[in-house]
Amino acid sequence: MNGAPALVPLPYSPDQVAARLGSDWQPTLRSAHRWMILARTLDARMQALQRQGRVGFYGAATGQEAVNVAAGLASRPEDWVYPGLREQLVALVRGHPLVTYAHHLFADNLDPGRGRNMPCHPTAQEVRYVSMSSVIGTQIDHAVGTAFALRHRHEPGAVLAFFGDGATSSNDFHAALNFGAVWGAPVVFCCTNNQWAISVPVTHQTAAPSLAAKAAEYGLPGRQVDGTDFVAVFAEVRAALEQARSGGGPTLLEFVLYRMTAHSSSDDPTRYQPKDWAARAVAHDPVARLEEWLGRNRLLDADQRAAVAAECESAVRDAVEAAEATIPPVPASLTEDVYASGSTGWTD
Amino acid sequence: MTELTLVQAVNRGLAEAMRADPNVVLLGEDIGLNGGVFRATEGLYKEFGEQRVIDTPLSETGIVGTAIGMALNGLTPIAEIQFMDFIYPAFDQIVSELAKFRYRSGGQFPCHVVIRTPYGGGIKGGLYHSQSTEAYFCHTAGLKVVVPSTPADAKGLLLTAVHDEDPVVFLEPKRIYRAVTGEVPDGDHRVPFGKARLVREGTDVSLFAYGAMVPPTVEAAEALAKDGIQAEVVDPRTLVPLDEAAILASVEKTGRAVVVHEAARFCGFGAEIAALLAEKAFYSLKSPIARVTGYDTPFPYALENLYLPNADTIAHAARAAVQAA
Amino acid sequence: MDAASPDASASARAGIPAGAGLGPDRILAAYRLMVLSRTTDERCLALQRQGRIGFYAPLLGQEAAQVGCALALTAEDWVFPAYRELAVALARGVPLKSIIDQLIGNSADLTKGRQMPNHFGFREFRFVTASSPIGTQITQAVGAAMAAQRRREAVVTVPFFGDGATSSNDFHAGLNFAGVFRTPTIFFCQNNQWAISLPRDKQTRSKTLAEKAEAYGFPGVVVDGTDLNAVYRAVVQARARAVQGDGPTLIEAQVYRLGPHSTSDDPKRYRTDAEVAEWKARDPLARLRADLAVAGQLDDAADQKVWEEARAEVAAAIEAGERSPPMPPESIFEDVFATLTPRLEAEREEFRALGRGTEGGP
Repeated sequence: MNGAPALVPLPYSPDQVAARLGSDWQPTLRSAHRWMILARTLDARMQALQRQGRVGFYGAATGQEAVNVAAGLASRPEDWVYPGLREQLVALVRGHPLVTYAHHLFADNLDPGRGRNMPCHPTAQEVRYVSMSSVIGTQIDHAVGTAFALRHRHEPGAVLAFFGDGATSSNDFHAALNFGAVWGAPVVFCCTNNQWAISVPVTHQTAAPSLAAKAAEYGLPGRQVDGTDFVAVFAEVRAALEQARSGGGPTLLEFVLYRMTAHSSSDDPTRYQPKDWAARAVAHDPVARLEEWLGRNRLLDADQRAAVAAECESAVRDAVEAAEATIPPVPASLTEDVYASGSTGWTD
Repeated sequence: MTELTLVQAVNRGLAEAMRADPNVVLLGEDIGLNGGVFRATEGLYKEFGEQRVIDTPLSETGIVGTAIGMALNGLTPIAEIQFMDFIYPAFDQIVSELAKFRYRSGGQFPCHVVIRTPYGGGIKGGLYHSQSTEAYFCHTAGLKVVVPSTPADAKGLLLTAVHDEDPVVFLEPKRIYRAVTGEVPDGDHRVPFGKARLVREGTDVSLFAYGAMVPPTVEAAEALAKDGIQAEVVDPRTLVPLDEAAILASVEKTGRAVVVHEAARFCGFGAEIAALLAEKAFYSLKSPIARVTGYDTPFPYALENLYLPNADTIAHAARAAVQAA
Repeated sequence: MDAASPDASASARAGIPAGAGLGPDRILAAYRLMVLSRTTDERCLALQRQGRIGFYAPLLGQEAAQVGCALALTAEDWVFPAYRELAVALARGVPLKSIIDQLIGNSADLTKGRQMPNHFGFREFRFVTASSPIGTQITQAVGAAMAAQRRREAVVTVPFFGDGATSSNDFHAGLNFAGVFRTPTIFFCQNNQWAISLPRDKQTRSKTLAEKAEAYGFPGVVVDGTDLNAVYRAVVQARARAVQGDGPTLIEAQVYRLGPHSTSDDPKRYRTDAEVAEWKARDPLARLRADLAVAGQLDDAADQKVWEEARAEVAAAIEAGERSPPMPPESIFEDVFATLTPRLEAEREEFRALGRGTEGGP
């Protein structure tokens, strides 16, 4: 076959979208589009800055925007988010300021995490977005524990637990889905299957027919969702959160998507990905798919598109400028927060 | 002899071990087509195929647990844990199983597995790509713990590990994977376990360092020499078994000791060397033993250079030791 | 529990051909092994109460599952037991005396008295020394299978584990690796309904444990673990599948732990007498004895003789085991490494100098 595969269009009429998203479907889609453009702008800028040595590391989420934005918009403030490596946008959509995130990326003195973690490991406590480690899968257990605590204290929220395809092989995936199921905890397990655990394709990760099928092992429902289709992801996340909040227990959602960049700035995917991967990924570009649909249905024209892009460019530029103008963490912070301040039992 | 970086020397050692014995297999994450995230297994997949360079699912307990089973059934598995920071899901397999198989079976089921893992800071890896937790493993009877600091030692110690009969935790100082090059003997070059390397001779103070801390320690010794202080630098190379005789002999000569490691100080490996000296070289000591180490905090990202010992902090401690007596 | 139907349907789903059962002679031999195991359990529970052994974990109620499985394996196959697989050891030909020596921890114990009772291992019988952590043997068995695959040996590896172990890290990793690498492994899960005090329905929300195999891309089979021949057939089929290169099988043998988890456990605290009585009515020994009687292979007199022989064998093994001297104290320094390290040598010198382990020593 010649040329790249054509973009796979979103298969909906406006009526079908309205039926799945609800009456405010138009503002939802516009907001989603704006967030996706922001994400893409941020990814492009940060990858460039990383190459220039101005930030130490960056893990782009290019290709995963539909999942991140849909999860952010479908969740409520009382819900919690336990991220994996690529869900920083969920925090932003939930209200974490872009400039604060930039302070984290630059590991400066205004980073809420005080420059202790690598970039892309933000802490956004005010939007219930929990600080993460780089260890694969450990957060899935934490999400189940938080879900248990929410129910125990009769609080209304539910928990979104994010992890990738590789994490389904981890100890904590197994423990967390088992515990979550036995406890009927209000948690939604969100597996972003971008088909690559660094260099290992998902077909070598498991012999299971799908990652969603793993839910059956724990007596849970599991659903495979097109993770590059904003409408589908939004509807599935909202329904699963609703089920969790109403006592119906956990769901495993597998979002099939395409990692459109390297695993991180330390990785070279040409070593292991097939040559046609990039073209296949582009055909499933979640941002292009949404834009194409909005254009086709006369909800976005070129001027509007340009205005959104300009707005996002300037927001990212301002945030980066603010961060680069900030001093590094003060040296004394090195030894703080190891234990609670004023904790007792020590002798100097 | 071939001029190689440390990571190339590891690669060379692996390749030679695999060529010499078809029972040597590698397993780990991203070690196949990708050649390992640090390229330590570069080219091995191509040469030996996927049956011997096994890309596993993402499970460290799976990697170490299956490596144990392979060893029990006649293979010599070399497991790679991508970062030492990710070894803990396999801690149970290492501490409860691997270290104890020989002992608990009365010698019936010895279990020779080599676990290679890059460790240590200085690569902007933050909390989870920087740690240096050799003490956990040194504390567990039944494991040997090896830390090369030069390309020649990396290959030589690795080949000794492959031919050993006991489980070996082989810690690779990732900060100097490429920063250090050196002549590496070709062929079956083996460096014995339990024999320290005298890196630099001196008479005034003994500096003990291993892994990625050896280069800054040598740098410190050179700076001290300009001030007329002759520092001896000793690299134990294997923490278990430890060359106690070399450590004691050095301090009996110099009367002063500075122990350097990047791991946190409290219960770090330096405490073991300090205890050894207090027990067996007490009357040779002219001044208190000093430790130059990481702080007792988690490993930070932005401020990692303040966390890590460097030539200045090492030289400072050595000067203080010399000035004390 | 409905054990009969899933057996057949799951086998069919897995494409496993129905196999022949054990012939009459082997069934009688299996019965003798089960009686020997039962007798050993009963005597050892008593010995523990008398303080003659330190601990004991009986397999009461699991005899048919263990013997049925073990008899379907060859001497070249590898067994990775948990700590309750005494009948598996007997069925693989391990002399009872060797097992008793381990329970006592005397100088004849091949594992040199290093572990608690029941954690025995026998290199000669490819019966790997067990540990106490739950599930760790599962990944090890998969690794041993990968080694066998590499050498193209027609052997299988069989990790034994319980219902509780299905929640462990190594169950998840072991089954996943086995699915990805299609290893010749039979995951033999004895679901005895209780993980110490946690009942099976609180261990996982899945309906059966066998169905967990589907998450790893290979078949799972439920068998009635009180039916010797059903277990035997299921293992024969799984073994045939494995050595043909068709990959692993998870077998869930549904049994009941008729006794305590161990001598340190009091099951009256967490389960009812009625439940135990219900399962006692399905005692695998009684079931097999009845079948053998109906088939005219075992009358009362012959049965009595089987039991008497078993009791005599157990008594003789215990007597011999208790006559064996204890392990020499200095043996604690052996087998840490292949050779004694200078440090351990120094510690042994210190031990000797203090006179430790000698009459009147500290």
